[in-house]
Amino acid sequence: MQLFKPLILLLSLCSSLVAASPLTELAHADPADRAGLITQWTVQADGPRRQAVAALEEGRLFSSADGSHVLLQGTDGKLSDVDSGQLVAGDAASLDTLPVNNSVRSALEAFHAAGDLADPDRNKRLSAIQALQDSANPGLLPLLLSRQRQEQDSQVKQALHMASARLQLASPLVAQRLQAIGVLADSADPATVSLLAPLASEAGEQDASVRAAASQAISAIKTSQWRYNMLGYAFSGISLGSVLLLAALGLAITYGLLGVINMAHGEMLMIGAYASYVVQNLFRTWWPGAFDAYLLAALPVAFAVTFVIGMALERLIIRHLYGRPLETLLATWGISLMLIQAVRILFGAQNVEVANPSWLSGGWEITPALTLPYNRLAIIAFVAAVLVLTWLVLNKTRLGLFVRAVTQNRRMADSVGVPTGKVDMLAFGLGSGIAGLGGVALSQIGNVGPELGQGYIVDSFMVVVLGGVGQLAGTVTGAMGLGIVNKILEPSLGAVLGKILILGFIILFIQKRPQGLFALKGRVLD
Amino acid sequence: MTQRNIHTNHQGNLMASTRRTFLKSAPLVLAAAGLLSMPAFAADTIKVGVLHSLSGTMAISETSLKDMALFAIDQINAKGGVLGKKLEPVVVDPASNWPLFAEKARQLLSKDKVAVTFGCWTSVSRKSVLPVYEELNGLLFYPVQYEGEEMSPNVFYTGAAPNQQAIPAVEYLMSKEGGAAKRFFLLGTDYVYPRTTNKILRAFLHSKGVKDEDIQEMYTPFGHSDYQTIVGNIKKFAAGGKTAVISTINGDSNVPFYKELGNQGLKATDVPVVAFSVGEEELKGIDAKPLVGHLAAWNYFMSVKNPVNSKWIADYRAWAKKKGLANADKLVTNDPMEATYVGINMWAEAVKKAGTTDVAAVTKAMAGIKFAAPSGFTLEMDPKNHHLHKPVMIGEIQSNGQFSVVWKTKAPIRAQPWSPFIPGNDKKPDTPVKSK
Amino acid sequence: MQTSLSLRLATRLGPQPLKLAGAAALAVLLAMPALHLWTDPASSLHVSAYTLTLVGKILCYAIVALAMDLVWGYTGLLSLGHGLFFALGGYGMGMYLMRAIGHDGNYQSDLPDFMVFLDWKSLPWFWQGSEHLAWALCLAVGVPGLLALVFGWLAFRSRIKGVYFSIMTQALTYAAMLLFFRNETGFGGNNGFTDFKRILGYGIAAPGTRATLFLLTVLLLVAALAAGFWLVHSKFGRILTAIRDAESRLMFCGYNPLYYKLFIWVASAMLCGLAGALYVPQVGIINPGEMSPANSIEIAIWVAVGGRGSLIGPVLGAGFINAAKSWFTVAFPEYWLFFLGALFIATTLFLPRGLLGLLRSHKENA
Repeated sequence: MQLFKPLILLLSLCSSLVAASPLTELAHADPADRAGLITQWTVQADGPRRQAVAALEEGRLFSSADGSHVLLQGTDGKLSDVDSGQLVAGDAASLDTLPVNNSVRSALEAFHAAGDLADPDRNKRLSAIQALQDSANPGLLPLLLSRQRQEQDSQVKQALHMASARLQLASPLVAQRLQAIGVLADSADPATVSLLAPLASEAGEQDASVRAAASQAISAIKTSQWRYNMLGYAFSGISLGSVLLLAALGLAITYGLLGVINMAHGEMLMIGAYASYVVQNLFRTWWPGAFDAYLLAALPVAFAVTFVIGMALERLIIRHLYGRPLETLLATWGISLMLIQAVRILFGAQNVEVANPSWLSGGWEITPALTLPYNRLAIIAFVAAVLVLTWLVLNKTRLGLFVRAVTQNRRMADSVGVPTGKVDMLAFGLGSGIAGLGGVALSQIGNVGPELGQGYIVDSFMVVVLGGVGQLAGTVTGAMGLGIVNKILEPSLGAVLGKILILGFIILFIQKRPQGLFALKGRVLD
Repeated sequence: MTQRNIHTNHQGNLMASTRRTFLKSAPLVLAAAGLLSMPAFAADTIKVGVLHSLSGTMAISETSLKDMALFAIDQINAKGGVLGKKLEPVVVDPASNWPLFAEKARQLLSKDKVAVTFGCWTSVSRKSVLPVYEELNGLLFYPVQYEGEEMSPNVFYTGAAPNQQAIPAVEYLMSKEGGAAKRFFLLGTDYVYPRTTNKILRAFLHSKGVKDEDIQEMYTPFGHSDYQTIVGNIKKFAAGGKTAVISTINGDSNVPFYKELGNQGLKATDVPVVAFSVGEEELKGIDAKPLVGHLAAWNYFMSVKNPVNSKWIADYRAWAKKKGLANADKLVTNDPMEATYVGINMWAEAVKKAGTTDVAAVTKAMAGIKFAAPSGFTLEMDPKNHHLHKPVMIGEIQSNGQFSVVWKTKAPIRAQPWSPFIPGNDKKPDTPVKSK
Repeated sequence: MQTSLSLRLATRLGPQPLKLAGAAALAVLLAMPALHLWTDPASSLHVSAYTLTLVGKILCYAIVALAMDLVWGYTGLLSLGHGLFFALGGYGMGMYLMRAIGHDGNYQSDLPDFMVFLDWKSLPWFWQGSEHLAWALCLAVGVPGLLALVFGWLAFRSRIKGVYFSIMTQALTYAAMLLFFRNETGFGGNNGFTDFKRILGYGIAAPGTRATLFLLTVLLLVAALAAGFWLVHSKFGRILTAIRDAESRLMFCGYNPLYYKLFIWVASAMLCGLAGALYVPQVGIINPGEMSPANSIEIAIWVAVGGRGSLIGPVLGAGFINAAKSWFTVAFPEYWLFFLGALFIATTLFLPRGLLGLLRSHKENA
């Protein structure tokens, strides 16, 4: 039934508007029918039709102020009536353009795609096939089949094969339908399930063998889908875990070293994100050509800014609260309030816009059922890099040696000549700097606003509690564990109950291991 | 800033009262003493309360409404004020804290003696102040689209009721023009507005023959930022037929949601999302590219072309520039701002008509008041139900953060605060009743 | 050291005027409901409903601050989750107030409006009996107490303390907030409870009800102060202080700190619950926002500013900060957070014993 509707529409349009030029035809079509008209033109595109479509697409068609006429804006900017062709006075800026809505836009996409099927660039051909496949226009079948015969590239040929199979599902010949089902069964595309479903039911299909083949194909697709779902959960768990890790890594270092909780840690994330906003704007103004590289430039800036702020905080405030961890907690909370308000006054209370560079937009489509977004892939890679660097700093440098020494036994380190004061300051700067880097990454997946850091406080504390302090491995395990368990629980329990369950679990967990998963062994009694 | 004159007022009070000797004992009592003193009474102005959060989570949305209210008040004053008196704004900050809303409302009514208040954004803040306005017989103008199911004699609702926003949007999605959606994914933040809206929409969809298996409802907590699982669910759901997502996701969560949607390869042409809480102000903080083609339903868009609208925007920006607001020439307007503006002007008209600021007289005069609004329509306050008649527009998001209007109603529609799609509402009176 | 005029004054006058000031403050507080009820609204002595609810609210906060001080100032356990116990008490009272609305709600149903709206047909089990004020009060005190008992037993048994303990309490209140935000949990979701009509048949906004609730709050504060005074000056109180200062040494002396900590922790939670139960009818709303971690941290700062380890300090701190907040958010809304943040830092850096410590140290020096 579905497939005949456009045909009926097509017939009625042809009969009523047979004499009209494409431009007037398009301009006077009912808004609801415009997409159908363009779809119909896809296979019969000629000069005037292309021009009419271009006028609509470029927003050069306006409805006159009283809504009775449609006006065309020529390339010279002058307005003319589409019916009479006469010039009309008026200001295009004050008129409403004919709307280009989603259905028109997808029809336009298919319209252009049909032309691209013979494009020498194979990627262009592939995306053209993708666009045509979604438009489900039965008129395209001959075109697709003829392209399929000419096509040399095997992948493109395969795609054409799939696209035409979708249309052949409506074929009156049983053999052709069976063949199409066979092709689609291998597609692993969940969207085909809805196409196959009518063929598996008695209402939609008379032939029993087709019905059986269709049900078989559906279950094959569903099985493959299940596998990809599991992969998807694992991926989103790791992705969430890496975000948590970025937020918690610096915290674990400072907590391990000084035994104090920095409540302003979340604000370091926020400042890092704002640093990328500022760098982005600088690039936009001064080097628009190199815009996509702004993120790389933002990394050192964010690190430097938060590193300095972290050191200043340690010098000016935290140092004076030695041995009073609870007071430090309150003082750093005060700092966080002031930082939030300062950012609010500097940049406004509203969120600011941080654009994804084009290389982080979109995703890697493994199958139609599973797409891994580039920004998340990039964050996972970035976390790994930060982790390696941190490990190198902590294990291969003199500063790292000192940090480890102070973490394990402050007094002993002090008495053998480790400059504990300086180590504290640098390590606090390092922890804050890592948070700043995290902020740059977070700006790519969420909001950038004054309260950005607040959302990560409790979660990153939980990572530290779970993982224990002083060991990178603990923090990594804590973060990944929380991320993956969260994502496993979310589909069945919902986001909230899953989270509550995890918090409850942590409270019970620290019964068994009060020092976290990876505790440093020591003999000191508090 | 325009608030300065009011502030000195308060400081003055506090100082005057500290002179009272018998209360000089403890800071707590000092504070109490500051509140004991009588309000300074300026007879030559009419005080107007502005009750919007300027700090806390809601500051993002509400700050612009405060600015708009001050602009509208200045504009009325420039034309000579009302009843020969100037309007004097009293701005307070309830700091996104719901009990504080009630406290500040009480302060505005009993201490500052404001004639009218413009304020609130969230439903819970309105619910928090409502008993105060009913008890002290104040007058509140509420400018935000909301879930309905309320009609207080002390409130005028200038935002949309569900039938002025949600239902037309779904009708559009079901039309051929809107993509003829067959399945609906109702996604919202877990609070009363999304829940009521979705309840109404479900009943509406049932009445259109959509079955329960073609509707999926899901809620996320406030501030939710990880939409991987949910977008995965939408993808699965959409495999079952032409799907539209109806989003009542609250402010901040929208960016991560749309980014995830775009990055996982769901395009607006495949699965359009229509949102009821995403407007020009929200899009300012978003890289709009991944959102292009997704929809929003409102009663006003900044991009509508008519002389009233262009003058309004230009005047507002000029005013903001004079006041030294940041980015004054890039300020945007949105639906709740228009509703605030319309509300204040209607109130001023009603006061002129009634010849007094008395709440009962103004309420009576409000019935049927008309105002040529920036939306390009002449809006009318319903004679009975305290809600505004509003046009409905559907806009598609463009990459510049504006909307292109793809569909709109021919004329304003009357609000149905008691939605006929909720059982039992047919017995509700169509006029406000004071709660007992 | 700098000495301001008021400090010099306090130093010169010694302890006697402080006591006098306290008595005067109490007298004023006790007179306020009477002034609200029986003076002409036009007279300058009249206490408006606004003032009464505002001071009443601050007094409830003062009780919470006092409860907090018992566990932090005296026992050394910094809780970042006391807002949870306060809110739970409020919810207990709120359940009664919702039921007392009866059929006067929007939907004229036996059930509270939000349940009708969620299509619930009957009361969930945990709402049973909430139509009786006595049972609601039991819930308001018992639920926070029970939660504190379970959490405290788990935490103290494995000797979790210091910042670890603080973080866990913060996680607890955060988890509870998420839970109460859910509409399905059965406590009205984000909106919480509001639009109360009456309590024990008396109109909730009636001047008499207001005055009574205010008076009860004052009495609870006085009673809590008295009980606290007795407690911290008993042998029990000295053991609490010993836990704060040298827990290990106390254990070597043969004491098991577990039960001491548990007792004061649970008592403090129950006191918070009671304060919450008095808070809700006065402000007219309870919702999960009260459980946000930021609120609980603010309680800690009341105590820190007023002065830890003294009973009157937290009361002063709660009064001072909330009065400052009421004034600041009107006068300089943009700078309130700066002020609050600076107060956090300044108190911890320069005033380890808070405002009261400042007064006292001058007294000792003189």
